[in-house]
Amino acid sequence: MENTRRAALKGIWAMGAMAAAVASGILAPSRAFAAWNKGAFEAKSTLDAMRALGVANAEDTKAIEIRAPDIAENGAVVPIDITSNIPGTTAISVFIEKNPFPYTGTFDFSQGAVPYVHLRVKIGESSPVRVVATAGGKHYTSAKEVKVTIGGCGG
Amino acid sequence: MAEPMKIRATLQGDIADVRVLMAHPMETGQRKDASGKIVPLHFIQTITARLNGKTVFTADVSQAVSRNPVFAFKVKGAKAGDKLSITWEDNAGDKRTDEVVIRAGS
Repeated sequence: MENTRRAALKGIWAMGAMAAAVASGILAPSRAFAAWNKGAFEAKSTLDAMRALGVANAEDTKAIEIRAPDIAENGAVVPIDITSNIPGTTAISVFIEKNPFPYTGTFDFSQGAVPYVHLRVKIGESSPVRVVATAGGKHYTSAKEVKVTIGGCGG
Repeated sequence: MAEPMKIRATLQGDIADVRVLMAHPMETGQRKDASGKIVPLHFIQTITARLNGKTVFTADVSQAVSRNPVFAFKVKGAKAGDKLSITWEDNAGDKRTDEVVIRAGS
């Protein structure tokens, strides 16, 4: 009795360790499977999401241009244009701080892609939109406040 | 099977200006339908764009992207006639790839 219970517990621990290894990228069979950072996407605060992505040490910068409306009439579709003027930018990540899950996505640029992206997002309530740019292994951040009059979540 | 994407890729000098519209509900898992049942989470997770087969732009996104997502990006060094393909994959394992030829700008 005791033995089977122990074996079952061990099995659960082993599964946990496996999941942790996959999450941390030790076991990365392919980009499509491993890269979508579940931990970061399920984080409920921007700081936790930034920690999960390893970008929590980003320094403030004025070299990221975030173009978004000051007041969005419809939170279900808020257009955002982001340009990084930091040389060698390879990735741009977006966080909508007051959304239930702030981490909205990461855009990677290679082979001549310009560090610019346009996207349209749902913003549940007035919130800062935080952007982290990654260049040469370092992270830089900037934010812009967007006021929302009708929320984009639920309904 | 998902609806085709609408992709426009136009040259501005040597930079290809790419805009893409994807048909997808992007359900947040928080919305309720008319009968009060929660509509399950259903959203595009990854996007990959390739220029003549080489990956130039990838995105990992959440359900916070608006319904029928629109993205735009720019690729330097592209030429008219180059092939640009875009693939998306959602959390239900559904995927779709469409390809266009880059057109010279006006």
